[in-house]
Amino acid sequence: LSLSFVLFSLPLWMLISAPPARYGGRHTVTLIPGDGIGPELAKHVCELFRFCCVPVDFEVVNVDSTKTSEDDINNAIMAIRRNGVALKGNIETNHNLPPSHKSRNSLLRTTLDLYASVMHSQSLPGVRTHHRNIDIITIRENTEGEYSSLEHESVPGVVECLKIITRTKSLRIADYAFRTAREKGRRRVTAIHKANIMSLGDGLFLECCKEVASGYPEITFNSMIVDNTTMQLVSRPQQFDVMVMPNLYGNVVSNVCAGLVGGPGLVPGANYGENYAVFETGTRNTGKSIANKNTANPTAMLLASCLLLDHLKLHGYASMIRKAILSTITDSQLHTADLGGKGSTSEMVQSIMDAIQSSGPRTQRH
Amino acid sequence: SILCNKTCVCPASQIQTVTLIPGDGIGPEISNAVMKIFEAAKAPIRWEERNVTAIRGPGGKWMIPPDAKESMDKNKIGLKGPLKTPIAAGHPSMNLLLRKTFDLYANVRPCVSIEGYQTPYTDVNLVTIRENTEGEYSGIEHVIVDGVVQSIKLITEQASKRIAEYAFEYARNNQRASVTAVHKANIMRMSDGLFLRKCREAAEKYKDVKFTEMYLDTVCLNMVQDPTQFDVLVMPNLYGDILSDLCAGLIGGLGVTPSGNIGANGVAIFESVHGTAPDIAGKDLANPTALLLSAVMMLRHMGLHGHAKKIESACFDTIRDRKVLTKDLGGNSKCSEFTEAICQRMKDMD
Repeated sequence: LSLSFVLFSLPLWMLISAPPARYGGRHTVTLIPGDGIGPELAKHVCELFRFCCVPVDFEVVNVDSTKTSEDDINNAIMAIRRNGVALKGNIETNHNLPPSHKSRNSLLRTTLDLYASVMHSQSLPGVRTHHRNIDIITIRENTEGEYSSLEHESVPGVVECLKIITRTKSLRIADYAFRTAREKGRRRVTAIHKANIMSLGDGLFLECCKEVASGYPEITFNSMIVDNTTMQLVSRPQQFDVMVMPNLYGNVVSNVCAGLVGGPGLVPGANYGENYAVFETGTRNTGKSIANKNTANPTAMLLASCLLLDHLKLHGYASMIRKAILSTITDSQLHTADLGGKGSTSEMVQSIMDAIQSSGPRTQRH
Repeated sequence: SILCNKTCVCPASQIQTVTLIPGDGIGPEISNAVMKIFEAAKAPIRWEERNVTAIRGPGGKWMIPPDAKESMDKNKIGLKGPLKTPIAAGHPSMNLLLRKTFDLYANVRPCVSIEGYQTPYTDVNLVTIRENTEGEYSGIEHVIVDGVVQSIKLITEQASKRIAEYAFEYARNNQRASVTAVHKANIMRMSDGLFLRKCREAAEKYKDVKFTEMYLDTVCLNMVQDPTQFDVLVMPNLYGDILSDLCAGLIGGLGVTPSGNIGANGVAIFESVHGTAPDIAGKDLANPTALLLSAVMMLRHMGLHGHAKKIESACFDTIRDRKVLTKDLGGNSKCSEFTEAICQRMKDMD
């Protein structure tokens, strides 16, 4: 009954102004549940989308992380090439297997050339943290750097791992960062590096950032060494606006930022490439220890699905869901264990659906 | 003692000589402050001051002055202030040179919250142990073709074994319950995998200490939410650099964080890790806390626990009192006034 109420009462503009989708006005999105809490969160996303009558059909592709063959991940990559967008959970990597078994997540990112990993860490009302008023966008180069997976043991007991920095990719990510800053009206971009030690590699990265910065005179550009950055982040995180960095530092800094605003359960992440976009939780955790216990915080994954909707230009649905999520978060009674509460995943999702229903289409026009 | 692997046989009544490297910028004034405080505490230490500005040796190789090397080799223990890294002097960073000369393979930083110097985090009590000779800081870089740079991260079995065993030995000697290896073996399978294997092997020999492994990003994520869950952390060079500075930030920054470097052949150099602060040099405004706490770490290493406790308590009490504090700690006093307050407290204790 409630479903038809929502469908019938939606304003016409929401039904007809969605961008032309290939199959009868609906978008097909690849869904990779992944491991740990991935499957249960994916289920909640489907549930929520069905409830809101979002014109998205999910094509579920499972990737079995226990298999050594790369067929599963190749299927997933093919599906994403077909659909253009995906929502994914983290696929576990058994790091005790030999180096020939590469991280599935990494394979996906590099094969599809999802060169920018973007995470927006914002202090949320109702979530208690050590710091307030944080609003940082971290833009991390996602395909090269320390994650090049080029290692060899030329002499027994001596392992070399290559970190590759190229001019093309550094220019590309720097340009992405400045374009994003301009689009979102942000005022400062900080490049994170360790060029005092790795003068050639990080030096090249920094040079590329400076070059791109000259084309955006309205945006202030500065740089900071990565160890000082982490120190500044834990003492005065409000000084940062947009941060751009190579792969590994991006991993560290984005995790610090996520921790500062309340943890892995709250922050969504997006991976953008020239032709494809993949959405997931910002800190990419499998959450093995809390899987199937109905205690995971669904916020990060649900906000990631809103980012997905924005990408598909379904902004109406995105804002509606996002508003409901934020209003639910302020109610500490519903907080899940990671936020210090005793609430369950399903209770949170139900509350979000209730919020959407009650703030119905009549309030949309305001 | 905390950092030796064997108990130090130095009777407290015997005066021990320590090599003192005042350093640049605010180095000399904070070194003076430490010497004054040690005198007031009647610590049995004799200081042998040395300069470590690089000179060109025979064959054109850069090295530290022979009298400095001789002094360190003889005394085994050193205390060092901040050294400036010259940009175009032609020689490598002095810190790097010292590290190579004495094979300082372990950098130890205990991070303990200071009562009286408030930060958003309380009850921090952890130690970061960082491998200091290889890893990402091997300095091996090449331009493959124009626009493509390759930096080499080196992980060796020998260095990983050495740092892992040191970490467990430290944990045992200092009554720490657990050691956590920090790595990214899911991505850097071979290199961090080797490091991790060596840590696991060392863990087998120290069954009384709990051993856990955690990804670098998970450590960062959890550290900024709840640092009390961590005890001793051991890791390769780059992760150690980032994490040790992150932890220093949790307790108040480099101005209050002690640090010790352990080398082969029993050499240990304790240092303050902040910069030379050339803008306040010579103005009696510097905060000697970092160097003082490093000197306290040094006393514990030498087995002089009584004096260490006395000086540390005087320093913490002065900070907790909040009456005489240097500018960076939130006060208005001079370095000499802060030093005098600590000395006075120790005189009152006697």
